[in-house]
Amino acid sequence: MTDHDHDHDHPHAPITTGDEPLAAARVRALADLLVEKHAIGRDDLRERIDWLVSRTPADGARLVARAWVDPEFKERLLADARAAALELGLDPGPSPVVVAVENTKAVHHMVVCTLCSCYPKALLGPPPDWYKSLPYRSRAVSDPRGVLDEFGVEIEDGVEVRVLDSTADIRYLVIPRRPADGDAMTEDELASLVTRDSMIGVAQPAAQKPIGS
Amino acid sequence: MSYRAGQRVRVAARPHDGHHRTPEYLKGKIGTVERLHGSFTNPETRAYGADGLPKQPLYLVGFAQHDVWPDYRGGHADDRIYVDVFEHWLEAVE
Repeated sequence: MTDHDHDHDHPHAPITTGDEPLAAARVRALADLLVEKHAIGRDDLRERIDWLVSRTPADGARLVARAWVDPEFKERLLADARAAALELGLDPGPSPVVVAVENTKAVHHMVVCTLCSCYPKALLGPPPDWYKSLPYRSRAVSDPRGVLDEFGVEIEDGVEVRVLDSTADIRYLVIPRRPADGDAMTEDELASLVTRDSMIGVAQPAAQKPIGS
Repeated sequence: MSYRAGQRVRVAARPHDGHHRTPEYLKGKIGTVERLHGSFTNPETRAYGADGLPKQPLYLVGFAQHDVWPDYRGGHADDRIYVDVFEHWLEAVE
């Protein structure tokens, strides 16, 4: 936009994207506007981004591994995942309700947000790009078995597939099945098997047998 | 009105101009209330700068996939989809 003749009364440099992706340029322009209008401060923005990039799936993995080795903790996690995270000293994030669901031999859960990209960021870190993509968001609800197949997850016939579409304030976390060969492992070793994708429900923890077998 | 777990409900099929959190693919579909999550600010007003009050009850509602997608691809008849739906989008099914 070199001919800067649109009608508003504040000065700014010509808006160009250069090599920047369009979405990034748009976000930057919005952030500049919000700061200019005092809706947010630069420090708020920086703090928020710092918090987000400091989050990793390791916290979710700690919840899962503890649930695998401690059945009473698993019950508390299934009853109230937010309280269970706080019990382990983890930050469950700003959502007032966090729900954990358990994958078993008979039931496989996977999580999507069809309307945008709701995701338990505090426990899993920033969502992967595919989670925010239109193909995943549309097909995860209408053809979850096809999507799981493309992710390389084998679902046996007879296993019930449950999709959770997080359309509102609730955040969902999947407790994947404990690896069959993990009996002799410590809690920390088990936690290292728990991937981000397995807590979204589109992968199994490492070393796990096909679901349902 | 409020709903209890196990109750059959229909998602209102009404159109809605502006931001709302009821997916189009669910409108008019019948499901079963799984649980009440609590009450949350209303995104339909909050999206436009209001405070979203009064808070609205939010339910987890489960649907049979074969009811939502007529040509659902899945051998298992019990596959389900669970969605959070605000109370004012639900109707009792007799």
